[in-house]
Amino acid sequence: MTVPADLRYTKDHEWVRVSGDEATVGITEYAAGQLGDIVFVELPEVGRALTQFAAFGVVESVKAVSDLFAPLTGEVTATNDGLTGSPEHVNADPFGEGWMIRLRLANPDEVDELLDADAYDALTAAG
Amino acid sequence: MIDFAGWLMPVQYAGILEEHRAVRERAGLFDLSHMGELFVEGEAAGEGLAGALVTDPPSLAVGRAQYSMVVAPDGGIIDDLIVYRVTANRYLVVANASNAKVVSDALAERLHGVRAVLDDRSLTTALVAIQGPRSVEIVRPMTDVDLDGLRYYAIAEGTVAGIPALVARTGYTGEDGFEVFVDSAHAVEIWDALMAGGREAGIAPIGLGARDTLRLEAGMPLYGNELDRSTNPFEANLGRVVKLGKANDFVGRSALERVARDGVERRLVGLVMRGRGIARHGYPVWSGDRRAGAVTSGTQSPTLGQAIGMAMVATVDARPGTMLDVEIRGQRVAAEVVALPFYQRER
Repeated sequence: MTVPADLRYTKDHEWVRVSGDEATVGITEYAAGQLGDIVFVELPEVGRALTQFAAFGVVESVKAVSDLFAPLTGEVTATNDGLTGSPEHVNADPFGEGWMIRLRLANPDEVDELLDADAYDALTAAG
Repeated sequence: MIDFAGWLMPVQYAGILEEHRAVRERAGLFDLSHMGELFVEGEAAGEGLAGALVTDPPSLAVGRAQYSMVVAPDGGIIDDLIVYRVTANRYLVVANASNAKVVSDALAERLHGVRAVLDDRSLTTALVAIQGPRSVEIVRPMTDVDLDGLRYYAIAEGTVAGIPALVARTGYTGEDGFEVFVDSAHAVEIWDALMAGGREAGIAPIGLGARDTLRLEAGMPLYGNELDRSTNPFEANLGRVVKLGKANDFVGRSALERVARDGVERRLVGLVMRGRGIARHGYPVWSGDRRAGAVTSGTQSPTLGQAIGMAMVATVDARPGTMLDVEIRGQRVAAEVVALPFYQRER
């Protein structure tokens, strides 16, 4: 189970890649595996303001609907429109082509509240 | 693995989409041992069942089967099931796992005083289903049953992989295939034999997830979604299954005669989503500002590449071509009423 060391994680299985005050968000390989084949992703519009840990979208597998929770507070600067036609990218490449949104962070220090790779790994191992 | 009506069952093996495609293109193997198998045997077995169910089992030729229902006195559906006439006086009733006990009790009650014996073999019968276009070629070398002589909705006794079995040409996927009943002592053996026999043809094990997407594409109802105690057969487009013309009185007859005469106010329809979104069980359905009904089942259809569903809507909204809205997380998304099934195999 891949858990990239350079990312931070939420307890709800979102990952975030932070670079200064820019961040990229997706869901983890673990989450994608638990969900199964993903067939639909609903993302917020560019410009929308997200609050840390609030729901910002939905990911649907064949059988289930799951909320997406923002790892950090910020404004949506980009969304992965490719997921509209190819939601399966989330399963195939969850940390790369399966990225979901980009944020301009309001408060980069919030990263300290997230899990690092080891902590997330422990979380999923325990689960 | 999940708890399904008290049985531990897999939602998926390799993945729902992959399993779904395997059945449509090659063959899939389903462990359906959770289903209820109730044998009714005796001189008056057929007649007794005619009084207990909405169909007329004695009108079946030996070796034939029919889709049927047990309804309550008010006409509400207790279960949908298949009745097989195995021999002249021996019938097999196959009920949904979630209703096996209820059906067994209802039959016991309704057969009281009838010269027939109810033998509930649910816990000692294993059922595996092989479904898909390559089913015949896989099963043929393994059985002494004449498969070419076994029509759709027929059943025969014989052996599969040397194991005594009832082989029925029925299924819940819209594909050709067989449901194979064996004594539960041979469950693993029959599973292994069919998996091995089908390996070259590309058989795959299939879980509950794909079972649901397959039956939904085929327009088949699921008890608990499309059918329940508060729904009568006519509302579920199953009025043609009810044999009001049979001589026997049967439980629910007068209620269903009334429905047949007066019509229904709501009906089951197929929906294809025309806007972006997936309809799911329970989502409200709207016709403009008027609440039209609710989605009973929905998913992204692997074969069609579209979001499809079934819904119970007001009769006035039930004509194919009608445009409705499905409410998905507070947003109204366009959907079109279509005739069922969504998918039909080439014959």
